[in-house]
This record gives sequence, C-alpha cells and structure tokens, in this order.
Amino acid sequence: MKPKFAMYWASSCGGCEIAVLNTHEKILDVDANFDVAFWPVAMDAKYKDVEAMEDKSILLTLFNGGIRNDENEEIANLLRQKSQILVAFGSCATEGCIPGMANFSPSHEIVETAFHTLSTENPNSIYPQTSYKMPEGTIYIPTINSRVKTLVDVVPVDYFMPGCPPESHQISAVLDLVIAVVKGEAELPPKGAVIGVGNSTVCDECDRERDVKKIREFTRAHLVGALDPNLCLLEQGIPCNGSATRSGCDARCPTAGAQCIGCYGPAPGVIDYGARLISSFASVVDSNDPDEIERILDGIPDPAGQFYRFSLAGSLLKGAREAV
Amino acid sequence: MTEKSNFEPTIIGFTCNWCSYRAADLAGIARIQYPANIRLVRLMCSGRLDPTFVLKAFAEGADGVMITGCHPGECHYLEQNYKALRRYLLLRRTLVAMGIEAERLHLAWASAAEGIQLAREITEMVERVRVLGPLNWHLNGDQVQITHDATAELEVVA
Ligand code: SF4
Ligand code: SF4
Ligand code: SF4
Ligand code: FES
Repeated sequence: MKPKFAMYWASSCGGCEIAVLNTHEKILDVDANFDVAFWPVAMDAKYKDVEAMEDKSILLTLFNGGIRNDENEEIANLLRQKSQILVAFGSCATEGCIPGMANFSPSHEIVETAFHTLSTENPNSIYPQTSYKMPEGTIYIPTINSRVKTLVDVVPVDYFMPGCPPESHQISAVLDLVIAVVKGEAELPPKGAVIGVGNSTVCDECDRERDVKKIREFTRAHLVGALDPNLCLLEQGIPCNGSATRSGCDARCPTAGAQCIGCYGPAPGVIDYGARLISSFASVVDSNDPDEIERILDGIPDPAGQFYRFSLAGSLLKGAREAV
Repeated sequence: MTEKSNFEPTIIGFTCNWCSYRAADLAGIARIQYPANIRLVRLMCSGRLDPTFVLKAFAEGADGVMITGCHPGECHYLEQNYKALRRYLLLRRTLVAMGIEAERLHLAWASAAEGIQLAREITEMVERVRVLGPLNWHLNGDQVQITHDATAELEVVA
C-alpha cells in the first residue's frame, strides 16, 4: 500500500497549490509514490473522511495558509493528529504572509471593508452571522479570529517551507527527498528544520555588486531613469529587503531589476525580520544628523509594510496594537 | 491597579557600558534618586542595540524602552552611537505605524559623569509613560463575534 499524501489550504490565495502543480511531471511522481488521501483543491473530499482515518495514517501533509478562523484551526488540529509529517508550506503557513497583513487592522474593520465599502453592492447591509436558523436546523459558518496566526501558533509543526509561493525546483527537491525517505534511501532532516531553502540571505545569492556605498535618498525603481544593472539596488536607493531574507529563490527579483520584498521570510538566525531590516537600512543612510536622517527616512513612507509585508503574523509583535 | 495614577510603568533601559551605565552607577553612589521603574541592561555600546531587543521588550510587557549612549563624537567604538541613532529613528517610525506611541521609545545621550542628567532623563521618561498608561502588548488571536446587527432577513433559496 502506498503512503498517504494530503495538502490543505487554510487562509491562503491558492498560489501554493498552483506552485505544487507547477512542478510539472514531478506531480506524476507524487501520484506514483503516494495515495492522495485529501487535497480539497484537486479532488473531492470531506472532512469526515479525514476524521475517519487512523491517527498518523497520512505520511505527508503540506499545509498551506494561515489560521484566520476556527475552521482553519480545527483542520490544522485534525491534520496534525492524522499526519506523521506536517509541513507548514509557503509563507502564509509559516509567517502569515499577505493575509497576515490584516493584523494591521482590527477584525471589525476587515468585515466592514468586505461587506460595506463603495465597491460592495450590499443595499440591505447584510452581514454574515456565524449561525443561522433554517427550517432544517441551525447552520454555521466559520468564526473569524481577532488576528491571523501561523500554523505553529496552533499545532506542533515538523518542517517549515517558506516562499510565496515556494519555488517549483525547491518543491521538487523536497518531494524527491520524501520519496527517497519512503524508499529507505535517505533520512529526514531534524525536526523543526526549514526546508527547501538556502542557508544564507538573498544578498548572498544576488550577483549585483556592493561597494558599501551609502545613500542620501530612498526612491523607487520606476522613478529612477536608468538603474545600474550591476550595482546593488539598495545602494541605488531602492529599498531592497535581500539582506534579511532567506536564500532559496536564486535572488529572482533583484536579478530581474526589482527589489526583494522578502517572500522567503527571515534569514537563518533572524528572530524578527523587520528588526533585521531596520538595522540594514539604517546602516546605509549617509548622515549623522537627526534632521537629515529623518528626511532620508521619509523615503520609506510605509516602514511597517516595507518590513512586515510577509512576516507580520509571525513577528515578535504579531500585528498592530489595534488588531484586537 | 485600576487608577491610572497608581500605574507604575516598567521601562527597559539599554545602556552603554562606557557612559550611561557608569552614569547610572554614579547616580547610585551619589545617592541621586531615580525611579525604580527602569530595569537597566548593559551593552558594550549603544551600537550593539539590536532593534530585536526593543521589540522583544515591548512584546513581553515593557511599557517603555529607553536607549542611552555616549554623546555624539564620544563613542568608544567611533561612530556606533550614530548607527544607534539611525536605527532608533527608523524603529520609532515603525513602532508608531504599529500603534505604539513615539514617547514609549526614547534615546538619550549621557556621559559617565552625568549621573544627575541621566537620573532626570529616567524620571521624565517614567512620567511620560505613566501618562500614556500601560501598553499591555497582547494580541490574543481569540475568536471574535461580528457585532453588526443584521437588519435584513437572509433570503433562503430553496
Ligand atoms: S504563500 Fe503566497 S502563494 Fe502561497 S498561499 Fe500564501 S499568498 Fe498564496
Ligand atoms: S540588497 Fe538587494 S540588490 Fe543589493 S545585494 Fe542584496 S539582494 Fe542584491
Ligand atoms: S527575491 Fe525576495 S521577494 Fe523575490 S522571490 Fe526571492 S525572496 Fe521572494
Ligand atoms: S561606547 Fe558608548 S555609545 Fe558607543
């Protein structure tokens, strides 16, 4: 009998599922080596089918998405119970990612935005109620949490695989490894490891030259007439997050001329992604004068968004103060 | 601790070994009073101040954080206190965007001889934060009920 494979999406965009399918013929290896037991995006399945499985009967579960509501949390617990290897897959599951930026706002504002803005046609002001009495009985929809949590906030996680989404070649390498483990040809990395990544920073993989130049202005790529194709973007005033970001993507964005926005999450040893970037950016600012420093920093109009675009839910503060 | 006036803020103070830590010491020896609200952490230089320390302090219950270092031009490791200044200014902007009042983070310069000045800075910091009240950083992530009253009946589609 083939070992079981599962993939789930909680609070996510679906891009991680696409990324898995983007491994092309590797997906056939998954089918050849695993019995796909549960994968709501790809096949019809019911939660009760998973509930009926024996504990630990799924070998590998790729869990993508953050924990936004009680349904996400319930399925995280269920899949933890049924899985031997639970992988927090993608930035949403590992650190909250774009959906985690909702932690900048209180949940009632999020609901307002979804159901009562100009672009929403809702003439009768109908808001979702979490339970509703029907002739047949009461029905429920999931209840929102006050903030997005990461997977490891709610259940123990075996491995973390960052990226928004993880790069296809990294997914293939991880699937190959698990298949090799199943065949007894390889060993799993130590529990808690970050997998499908490099072990340094995006800067280390970036071919752009750095000459420790300091800057007197932050700007944006489209405002600069001609960017130097060989020089570090940060040294040209473009707020590139590469120095705090974990390697693994082959420095895709700076190679293409766009700043790294940090989708691979904190580099090894970095506790708080934003804190590391604050240090990096502060060190390129070319001034010792408080007023002049403030003027240069005005070039980063949204520092919290710049530093926590992907990592807010997994950061030390986890969100803004209003997010209750 | 319901009354604001009874609130005793907890301030974490990151001090430089060569200047402000000695200034605090001097204040102690000279019996200059400063409030016990501040818990001093000694660093070798203000340049060692990793913004992570500050975020951790706030996340774990500090009501305010004070960073102190040698006066401009007097850092024992050349320009490290300017680096601390730049980090502080960018960190403060970030904290404000996260809903933390700017006054909860403060940078002060104090030489080893300035025990009185440092004691005053600490006292003023404690009073500023006392006025702001507790920070109590804790985003519990619990379920919340959407409180909006549904004014319309849902149409049940048969
Ligand atoms: S990590 Fe990125 S691609 Fe994956 S689900 Fe989240 S937002 Fe989508
Ligand atoms: S800051 Fe950006 S452009 Fe500069 S070396 Fe790092 S990744 Fe490359
Ligand atoms: S360069 Fe940065 S933002 Fe771009 S893919 Fe790599 S980690 Fe993600
Ligand atoms: S030695 Fe005191 S701030 Fe650097």
